[in-house]
This record gives sequence, structure tokens and C-alpha cells, in this order.
Amino acid sequence: MIDVKPVRKIDLTLWQKTYYPELIKGMMVTSRHFFVNLSRHFGKALGMKVERPMVTIMYPEERRWLSPRWRGLHRLMLRPDGTPRCVACMMCETACPDHCIYITAAESPDSRVEKYPIAFEIDLLRCCFCGLCAEACPEDAIRMDTGYLELAGYSRSEFYLDREFLLRRGEVTTHAQFPGELDGVTVKRVDLLKMAKGH
Amino acid sequence: MRSVKNISGVGMWFDAIVVVAKIAVVFIGILTGAFVLTWVERKQSAIMADRIGANRCGILGIRLWGLINSLADAMKMIFKEDWLPPKGMRFLHAVAPVFAMFPVFMTFAVLPFGPPIEIAGRTIKLQILELDIGMLYILAFGGIAVYGVMLAGWASNNKYSLLGGMRASAQMISYEIIIGLSLIGPIMVYGTLDPGQMVMAQNHLLWGWLPKWGVIVQPFAFLLFLPATMAETKRAPFDLPEGESEIIGYHTEYSGMRWGMFFLGEFCEIVVLAAVLVVVFFGGYQFPYLFDGKEILGQPGFHFPWGAYVPLGEWWVFGIRILSFSFKMLVILWLQMQIRWTFPRFRYDQLMRVSWREMMPIALANIAVTGVIIMLLNR
Repeated sequence: MIDVKPVRKIDLTLWQKTYYPELIKGMMVTSRHFFVNLSRHFGKALGMKVERPMVTIMYPEERRWLSPRWRGLHRLMLRPDGTPRCVACMMCETACPDHCIYITAAESPDSRVEKYPIAFEIDLLRCCFCGLCAEACPEDAIRMDTGYLELAGYSRSEFYLDREFLLRRGEVTTHAQFPGELDGVTVKRVDLLKMAKGH
Repeated sequence: MRSVKNISGVGMWFDAIVVVAKIAVVFIGILTGAFVLTWVERKQSAIMADRIGANRCGILGIRLWGLINSLADAMKMIFKEDWLPPKGMRFLHAVAPVFAMFPVFMTFAVLPFGPPIEIAGRTIKLQILELDIGMLYILAFGGIAVYGVMLAGWASNNKYSLLGGMRASAQMISYEIIIGLSLIGPIMVYGTLDPGQMVMAQNHLLWGWLPKWGVIVQPFAFLLFLPATMAETKRAPFDLPEGESEIIGYHTEYSGMRWGMFFLGEFCEIVVLAAVLVVVFFGGYQFPYLFDGKEILGQPGFHFPWGAYVPLGEWWVFGIRILSFSFKMLVILWLQMQIRWTFPRFRYDQLMRVSWREMMPIALANIAVTGVIIMLLNR
């Protein structure tokens, strides 16, 4: 048996049935929006400080606010001395549900660090931007906090990110995630391969 | 004809030039109005909805707040391919948009868009045609506009376009009746069918202080006339026949400039019917308490009911009246745009019911009551 709830139909009052008062009420709402927004537009044009006349965000001149947790394009971070933080532990490659990270490890010339990646590639066409690689990384090497969302290209090869591309974005520390980390610091990148070759 | 033309040399040429100039002003005015109205529609609906309308089109960086967008729209319409279904009737298909646009311009011929002026000793009325039967002329051309819709639906060789055409023409005819009936009220009150005379009659003061505008002496006729004109132009909330992207209407098989003519014809009709509304119900070019030298002999200016008199030159009176007409037109056009974007669409049966079962009795009652009141007041 289905439960039936009788709903009484609400009839219009006589005043409402003449239809015009309701029309005018509706018109007042829209007219109020119109005149308030128009005065704000004029105020903005004259340089006065007014509230926003519209909810539109004028992209690309204005950008929407993104939180630090917002997952955009990936980047590989650098240590303060310029070497990449990534130690090629393969945790992100394992954690990735799309198998889009390809890492080739090599021995690091620095004695304190065991490995470093000589090849680190992310296939953006497979990536689902889940952030599991950033969660898995023990070194805070890979982050997705660039806030870069204009991911467009003219060919499929442009979506295959290589190590150079990812490391270049790691030069700036933004959205400090750990206490003591400085925001907006630019670190000069040190190429470990060149270091190993003795240059 | 009321006036005997001066058939001799210079006088004839002068009259001809004056008529051609009036026609040019009206024609260019309506077309410019329609073009600007397409821009106003986008911008007004956007500002009303807390957003900005189209504003990115620009020529060499000059954006003009979206007017270039309208220009781009017009260019797109001109360059689109003109296509007709294989078995459609080419001649009727081509002629139908003409029927949609042509009556609109003809209707404006009897409307006065300004007060009479004196140039070189001649009084020129800013009214192209001074017909004794002006109102009937307007209603007649409203009837011709129905042909365009029906031909468009028929010539498209498309079942659904035909049904859309029938729908639209039934709607137009129903609301034309309401327009005619609601106009009888003001005609009875002012005693004339000529819009020019009607405007001049609206400057009288009732009981010494109330201007005898149509909206004051015939409020119910106004409340019927406004929705009826919006329904006649198939404008929202009465735009089910159009529906644009939601329902197949009479204009489905039209593309490019032919569709542009329907579209522009609709906007021109908005301008023209707004002018009719202003002329009949809002005093045309009159400004309250403003009289020119002919109405009160030799004393142009403001004559307030409490006795104050502000003298103004004839040309000042003329200027204020032209501005008054323009302002009233702007208000009515704004109102029509606002109504379009505020209310949801009428369903077709609701539309027809409103016209025949709800508006027509009120219109007929309006005529009867007006007649009784006039009879009582003239006693």
C-alpha cells in the first residue's frame, strides 16, 4: 500500500485573480534589480566605489579565487639548495589510479640523497586530477597547487609533461604548506645531472 | 482632404520636400530604433539578471558596450545561406517576410511624432498622413501582418511550420480584436479617429487640473491595450508561436536575412506599437500643463492650475514636446523589454482563453461604461 498524502490545492485570492497586482509585484522585483545594477554600473564607470554590479567574473582580466587545496597543473618542488625534492621513490607512480606518471630513477651525486629522477613524465591526457600522487609523496615533491587551469593545447604531444616542464614550475614556493616554509620564495634550480658530470 | 494644396511652383516643391523629409525621419527612426532595441534587449535583460550582456565584440579595440555585437549579428544574418526546403514554394517563401515588415512601417504614417511647427509661414504637422480615419488605418495594417505569418507557415512545406503558422495567426487575430475594442474607448472619449487630433485633445484639463490623457480617462483600456499589443507582436510572454529554440514555428525554414526580416519586423513593430500607445494613452508629445501659442492665444508656456504662468518661447515649447515624446517612447520600450524578461510564457490555451474569455468581456464592458459616463457627463 502506498502512503497517500492529500494536498489541498491553494486557490488564488480574489485580489490575486485579477492578475495585475501579481504582475506588478513581479515587475517590481526585476525593476529593482535593474535600477540597482544600473546605478552600480554608472558608479563604477564614474570611478566611485560601489559594490559589484554583476556576478560575472570578467575572465581573463579577473580570475576566480582558488583555494590552496585546488588541484591544478602539477609541479615538482625544489629544495632550498636547488636540487629537486623528488627521490624517485615511485610512491606517486604507484598511487596514481590512472597510471599516468612514469619515473626513471638514477643515483644522485649528492651523498645525503640516494636517488633522483632523471625522467619524470606525467601524461595529462590520462590524469584525472585526483591528487593521490600529492598525498602519497613523502618528500612534498609533487604538488598540484599551481592554480593553473588553462590546460589547452594544439596537439596531443603538448599534454605529455616532462621533467623540465614540471621542475620549472617548482622554482617558486607558493601556498606555504608547512610551518617555516616561506611563501613566494624563488629557488634557483640546480641540475643534478650537470653536477654529476662535474660542470 | 482637409487642406487644399497650394498648386503653384515653389509651394508644391516645398510640400513635396517636407513630406519626403518626414518619411525619411520616420523610416530612419524606426530602423534605428529597432537596431538599438536589439542591443537594449540584451543589455537590459542582462543588467536585470545581475550580469553583463554581450560586450566583447569590438572594432579596433572600441567596444561601445555591445553595440558592435549587434552589428556583428546583423552582418552574420546578411551573410548566412538562404535555404528553402526542396518542395517549398519559393515565391510565397520570399514574399512572406515582406508582409511581416511592410505594414509596420505603414502604420507609423498616421502617428504624430511631434507638435506642429511653423516654417516659412506654413504650419507643418509632424505627421505624414492626416487621415480622418487614422485609427482604422492602424488596425487595418495590423491585419495585413497576419498574412506574413500564414504565408511563412504554408510556404515552408513543413507540417510543423504550418501548425506554427496557424497558431501564430490565430493568436494575432484574437488579440487584434482586443486592440480594436480597447481603442474604441479613447475614440469615444476624444471624439476623433485621427491620432493628431487625439493628441491635441489630450491637452485639455479635466475639472481644471487633470490632463485628459488616455491612461487617466480610460485606465482599463490601457490595461487591455498594453498586453494586447505585446501579444500581437508575438512578444513574450505571448511568444509560444515563436519559442525560438524550443518549438518549431513558422520561421523554422527561414535563415539569413529572411529570418532577419521577421526578427527586425518584430522589433520595428514594438517601436511602432509603443508609439501608438504613447499617442493614444499618454498624450503623445504633450507635456502636462504646457500649452503653445495656438491653444491659449499668444501665451505659450506653462499654465498651472493654481494660476501660475511661466512664459516660454515657441521653440522651447517645441523642444520640450519633442523630448517628451521621446522620453515616453523610451519608458514604454523599457517597460516592454522588462515585461518580456520578467514573466514566464503563456501556454497556448491559456493565451487564447485570456483573450476571448477574459479580455473581451472587459473590453466590451469598458465600451458600455464609457458610453454611459459620456452620456451622463454631457447632460
